[in-house]
Amino acid sequence: MTAAIGQPLDRVDGHAKVTGAGRYSAEIALPGLAHAVLVTSRIPSGRVELIDTYDAERAEGVLAVLHHLNLPKGGSVPPLLPSLFGAAASGQTFFPMQDEVIHYAGQHLAMVVAETLDQAEHAARLVRVTYQETASITTVEQGRDRAYEAEKIFAGFIPGRIARGDAAAALDRAQVTVENTYYCAANHHNPIECSATTAVWEGDRLTLYDATQGPNATLHTVAELLNVMPSHIRVVTDYVGGSFGCKAMIWDHPALAALAARAVHRPVRLALSREQMFSSVGHREEQEQRLTLGADRDGRLTAIRHHKLSPTSHFDDWAEPSLGVASQMYACPDYEGVYRLIKANTMTPTFTRCPGEASGMFVMETSMDELAEKLDLDPLELRLRNYAETDPGSGNPWSSKGLRDCYRRGAELARWSERDPRPGTQRDGNWLLGWGMASSGYPVTPPGNPQRARARIFADGSAVVQSSFSDIGTGSATAMTQVAADGLGVPLERMRVQYGDSDLPNTAAAVGSAGAGMVSAAVHIAATALRDQLIAQAVADEHSPLHGADPRQVVVSDGRMALRDRPGTGETYAELLQRSFMPDAEALGTWNPPGMDTPYGTMTFGAQFAQVAVDPDLGLCRVRQLIGVFDPGRVLNRKTAHSQLMGGMLWGMSHALLEGTIMGPDGRWANASLGEYLVPVNADAPDVVIETIETTDTVVNPLGVKGVGEVGMVGTAAAIANAIWHATGRRHHRLPITIESLL
Amino acid sequence: MRPVSYSRVSDVATAIATVAADPTSAYLAGGTTKIDMLRIYAEPSQRLVDINDLPIDHIEVQPDGAVRVGGLARMNDVALAPVVLDRFPMLSEALLLGASAQLRNMASMGGNMLQRVRCSYFRDAEASCNKREPGTGCSAIAGVNRGHAVLGASPHCIATHPSDAAVALVALDAMIHVQNSGGHHAIAIDDFFLLPGDTPEREHPLNHGDLITAIEVPALPAARNSLYLKVRDRESYEFALASAACALTVTDGVVAEVRLALGGVATKPWRARKAEQVLHGAPATRETFARAAQAELADAVPQTMNGFKIELVQRTMIRALETLTARGAAA
Repeated sequence: MTAAIGQPLDRVDGHAKVTGAGRYSAEIALPGLAHAVLVTSRIPSGRVELIDTYDAERAEGVLAVLHHLNLPKGGSVPPLLPSLFGAAASGQTFFPMQDEVIHYAGQHLAMVVAETLDQAEHAARLVRVTYQETASITTVEQGRDRAYEAEKIFAGFIPGRIARGDAAAALDRAQVTVENTYYCAANHHNPIECSATTAVWEGDRLTLYDATQGPNATLHTVAELLNVMPSHIRVVTDYVGGSFGCKAMIWDHPALAALAARAVHRPVRLALSREQMFSSVGHREEQEQRLTLGADRDGRLTAIRHHKLSPTSHFDDWAEPSLGVASQMYACPDYEGVYRLIKANTMTPTFTRCPGEASGMFVMETSMDELAEKLDLDPLELRLRNYAETDPGSGNPWSSKGLRDCYRRGAELARWSERDPRPGTQRDGNWLLGWGMASSGYPVTPPGNPQRARARIFADGSAVVQSSFSDIGTGSATAMTQVAADGLGVPLERMRVQYGDSDLPNTAAAVGSAGAGMVSAAVHIAATALRDQLIAQAVADEHSPLHGADPRQVVVSDGRMALRDRPGTGETYAELLQRSFMPDAEALGTWNPPGMDTPYGTMTFGAQFAQVAVDPDLGLCRVRQLIGVFDPGRVLNRKTAHSQLMGGMLWGMSHALLEGTIMGPDGRWANASLGEYLVPVNADAPDVVIETIETTDTVVNPLGVKGVGEVGMVGTAAAIANAIWHATGRRHHRLPITIESLL
Repeated sequence: MRPVSYSRVSDVATAIATVAADPTSAYLAGGTTKIDMLRIYAEPSQRLVDINDLPIDHIEVQPDGAVRVGGLARMNDVALAPVVLDRFPMLSEALLLGASAQLRNMASMGGNMLQRVRCSYFRDAEASCNKREPGTGCSAIAGVNRGHAVLGASPHCIATHPSDAAVALVALDAMIHVQNSGGHHAIAIDDFFLLPGDTPEREHPLNHGDLITAIEVPALPAARNSLYLKVRDRESYEFALASAACALTVTDGVVAEVRLALGGVATKPWRARKAEQVLHGAPATRETFARAAQAELADAVPQTMNGFKIELVQRTMIRALETLTARGAAA
């Protein structure tokens, strides 16, 4: 075996990306390309009284101005279903420009199509909309008294109330309780590449160049929205400049681009502006969580009550599942979790990196720290005393769990036991220093449909593996090249992976940290199937040196098949194919994922430690070090996996200290720009130490990959908040923790 | 983007004549604000006259020890000029903390003095804003105003002046040299920045066609012990919530000379004269510094979300003064 898996291979697409040779969806050059720009609602609730397009239609270069009065009606809006199911995955069950009703600020009201982007932008400013505004609700505070308990959330997959045992009674009996209300500001994804679609019709066939986490999700969603046969749509996604969930579901703009292209009989590019990214592709909802922990004096949890309150859209009951991992982290007999929602004038919130886990585990892990303080226990010891040997929700065994090792190694790296546990005792000049820790966890969720890949080898011994997945910047194309090379037994430089195209064998969207696990399964199965097929051909071929051998005794390395115990006896794939007058050979691989009812708890675990410095006079908090140790199963590429984990941890830091979208009194997001929605810059980035504990997992998928996409962010905010307490003696229950709250 | 025309000039007289002749035109220097403003329709110019070729990017030491920088000198060049680093560290620091390296390499000193406010309602071409469209009202007063001013605001405008460099220059009593078709004149920097009052659209006394040709920083030996302290949400690429430019000389435990100006909290780069008055001749102690800070903020008016700035900027002043006191004692 070449053993490419695990190597810190550089990105296969790195050169194209840094040189600009790689073309993103808004950079596809096509003859006759026209540009569409959206006009959006200024008000959060009401009606369009009048839409005056006179000046816009007459502006230079304008080809069409489309709105609810003249946009051709298409098919129907598919139900909201996570794109991990591989089917249509509409981000919300609402499609704009069908009538005059306004449900949220930023709603798409009109679309101007022009020869150039500048002309389209200018004409969009000339569209004058007269509104009839009605009262709106856009925040938790405004809608608190209208909250209702959701029957189901998250596209119907999660019940609004989850209970085991009797949490209320257990809390009454608890020897110690900790109860707090937490608040997390809304978040937006802000990938560097704004969402964009370039649409081209050739007769009744449609090609979409779309920035998406799932080319097939775009295909199926647009097929239903436009009532076009899926067989007539192709979605190409060569490069994606980050996503973090805003390209996980399919919003209205790919279909609008297709409608615009049909209206002007030309290819049309529709790229969202940075500002439009704040009200076109979902967000992490503002939320309030109330958590009550009950424990005995030894620190054993006896009850957890966890309630969440958040605004959703008028169309969908959506809340990110903040209670999930927090309910599975510790052994606890009695539990109650409730999601309450407020119908608000916002779009449907959506997956945002660590959807639910980031906020829910901030709440759980800061409460655990407070419980440790109350019990005068080491926070790490408290976690060990409540270590869940089985999945507390189902009672099932874990498919694998290396959390004990993560705690141990993390504590070692952080020199946890050497710190003075008393708060406010360590100082460096004007800075107070503190350490904090938290547990991490992110579920391993199987895709809903079979995953496929095709492996093909040519007579010169070079090979290609094809699968439709998109690489959203995570490095999946690179990791899949490694998986394919090992599976077929060829050197890395002879293996190419072709991806990002719905015409290739089907995969679900790369979401929910599931991409590496599910695509590697299909790629591995395809590559090993082709290997086995060629070995079978060789042992059956009387001209082959391997003729008559037991195929199980044949191994392949560097493109050469040979007997395991007599490496001198063998031949290359190329020799076999050329002798047989075969220009190529190919095999299809299909992975049928385990069902949701698999009798195992499946999760990537981790432990995080943070050191902060707080200047209490000036309200400054600087993170000096982050340490994360995770158990992601098999690591396909050490470098890209570490980058993923590091990105997650840095976003966790950002979640703790910087990020928050503020709803203005006018019902619009008030800081919809990268200048005012703060994400960390390099100068904010601390020393980040990452290690992985490799665990063997035979349940989740063939290669035992649990995933690293999101777990890095889980617990970081709590570790930082706990470190701030250790530095200053003050607890923080609101995110982000800003200067004014640290003063 | 609205269509604009563009031309490039290479001498000062032609530049002034070209812009003065067309009321819809504007100078284009580094373009780090102007182009953004055009893109978001918050700037009405229809014609850009590119002045980057004009020979006014010098950094010169005058015989009396003053330093004169050209209107087109780049922020980075001024920040890293040895004479500025040596004699006016607060100016160097304010420039370095004022923008990312990419922006500093493009942005001009003259342009920095004229940069527009960061108020999101000013930058939202469809929102009501007295500065952008006089008489339409101020959306920020009832809106999201965490970053807005607590000093120098009026019922018509509460936008914070965004420049860091100007704060240092106000502390240093710089002069702004202006040329127009009628000739040359100089304006004391404290008169250059206008309070919003009931004319927030008027930010400085320049008339259409006036060109900033130079900024002159008078000699000030005390400025060798100076600093710029900037407090903000993230470490870089962010405007100040509160800042202080400060120069201090302490002799025998008493404040002999002090210059103090504030940023991030006021509608103009704010010379803290009341604080200076308290400090002058008083013992250089934390108690004095706190009293001075309090005096300066006595008339501060908080908005709905920015009340914390009143406390924050006082602590910023105290920290700056304490740091310089310690440094002076060590030297």
